[in-house]
Amino acid sequence: MIVAKQKPLEEIIEELQDYTKILVAGCNECVTVCEAGGKKETAILASSLRMYFLNQGKDVKIDEVTLERQCDHEYLEEIRKVIGSYEAILSLACGVGVQFMAEKYFSVPVFPGVDTCFMGVTEERGVWSERCQGCGQCILARTAGICPVSRCAKRLLNGPCGGSTKGKCEIDKELDCAWQIIIDRLKELGKLEQYEQLSPIKDWSTERAGGPRKITREDIRQ
Amino acid sequence: MKEVKTPSKLEKILNAGHLAVTSECGPPRGSDPNVIINKAKMVKDHVDAINITDNQTSVTRLCSIASCIHLKLMGLEPVLQMVTRDRNRIAIQSDILGAASFDINNILCISGDHQKFGDNPKGQNVFDLDSMQLIQTVRYMRDEGKFLGGDDIDRPPRMFVGAAANPFADPFEIRVPRLAKKIAAGAEFIQTQCIYNVEKFKLWMKLARDRGLHKKVYILAGVTPLKSAGMAKYMRNRVPGMDVPEQVVKRMSGVPKDKQPEEGLEICIETIQQLKEEEGVAGFHIMAIEWEEKVPEIVEKSGLYPRPRIN
Ligand code: SF4
Ligand code: SF4
Repeated sequence: MIVAKQKPLEEIIEELQDYTKILVAGCNECVTVCEAGGKKETAILASSLRMYFLNQGKDVKIDEVTLERQCDHEYLEEIRKVIGSYEAILSLACGVGVQFMAEKYFSVPVFPGVDTCFMGVTEERGVWSERCQGCGQCILARTAGICPVSRCAKRLLNGPCGGSTKGKCEIDKELDCAWQIIIDRLKELGKLEQYEQLSPIKDWSTERAGGPRKITREDIRQ
Repeated sequence: MKEVKTPSKLEKILNAGHLAVTSECGPPRGSDPNVIINKAKMVKDHVDAINITDNQTSVTRLCSIASCIHLKLMGLEPVLQMVTRDRNRIAIQSDILGAASFDINNILCISGDHQKFGDNPKGQNVFDLDSMQLIQTVRYMRDEGKFLGGDDIDRPPRMFVGAAANPFADPFEIRVPRLAKKIAAGAEFIQTQCIYNVEKFKLWMKLARDRGLHKKVYILAGVTPLKSAGMAKYMRNRVPGMDVPEQVVKRMSGVPKDKQPEEGLEICIETIQQLKEEEGVAGFHIMAIEWEEKVPEIVEKSGLYPRPRIN
């Protein structure tokens, strides 16, 4: 899933200073799972904002809605009927949802309520960590199923570097060294000799470096 | 004797079977060329080649290539260190050609410390290539005379290609396979991380010898004289991938503060003397960090002076 964390309340308030009718829009997908922008967080944030503006003596109308997804036309369309009654939208979806909202409701100011961080997993409730950077050419077959692109601090395709210490990365004693895990897995799989195969220079054009990406599948396109 | 492939003086010395001695100079945090020139003057008669570090520990400094050019102008033999942290493949190839245009004949290919450690922790990193792929790139440019893109290079670089190895990082079991991988990528000489744990280094060497790797690459054992007990502790606790055994810390702490520099030099010289006899050690890389003036003494007392004359 896409992992995000809520922006500090002060920053959100700053974004919304000039508006008196605001719709806070949550999303039922990834940001619900990582507890940053689901129905519950939307409700809590909306009441914090109401409280704040009330204390400031400002008359600001704050409504809330949580859509199934903000990255699909279908669900975003659900608010078309009401969008005219708001001056601004605060979206608690990831950056994808915020943008799709902005593209669809072109004349309405849309603000992000979360910082979108990475694609990752829930290690345990309250702990999420990165697993993939969508490089567009997955090399997990060569690295025992562990991704050095997203999980090695230096993206080394032929790691580990000389800073790997007791299973941890040189940049942070709390961070696992991806290459230690790769080697442990290779060992477990009885494939340690694979370690000595040189990983070739990567084609990064399928990654961010190649410019914004798009997939078009004619076979299913309508 | 192997065939000499480049005009590198370091390669010639190693090829002739001499124990080579290299040292390193860190460029200044400013544009005064005299810093690099003066450091080089301190060591020049006692070493065969001088590494110039490339924004080491990610702290911004005068660039490695310009510093190497200063050494060339003094008639000295630089080893250009190049990290992949700060350059994509366009800049890497371009910088290699720039260095080659000044006949800088040695390169040490490394990935570089993460920028988190330096003065710009909020910056981007590049890592378009890693250190192994940088080794491959230089060898390809040199041996095939081609750019990575496939076009021919007019006057290809003629560089003796080196890599770093850290026998002390984890996991230990892949440290020799990793060396083998660097050799397979095209590394011709190795400079190791500073050795304080001599036993562990010897074990690494033995495992390398078991695979015949010492015959495929010249291994220069890295040493750094400790200036104080504090430095020993700092390196043990704070520098990732550094192995300073308790007995070394104890030995440094066991002498009064004003005698500690002397003790550090003594340990360094002893390490070299012990490793001179180790099969497969082809030379020494003396990294006297901001203590370059002590390099002549270390070289002399280790019995590595005078240096061979080779043209
Ligand atoms: S190799 Fe690329 S696609 Fe595969 S997990 Fe890593 S970043 Fe994602
Ligand atoms: S310690 Fe491991 S994860 Fe960290 S940069 Fe080095 S190889 Fe990558």
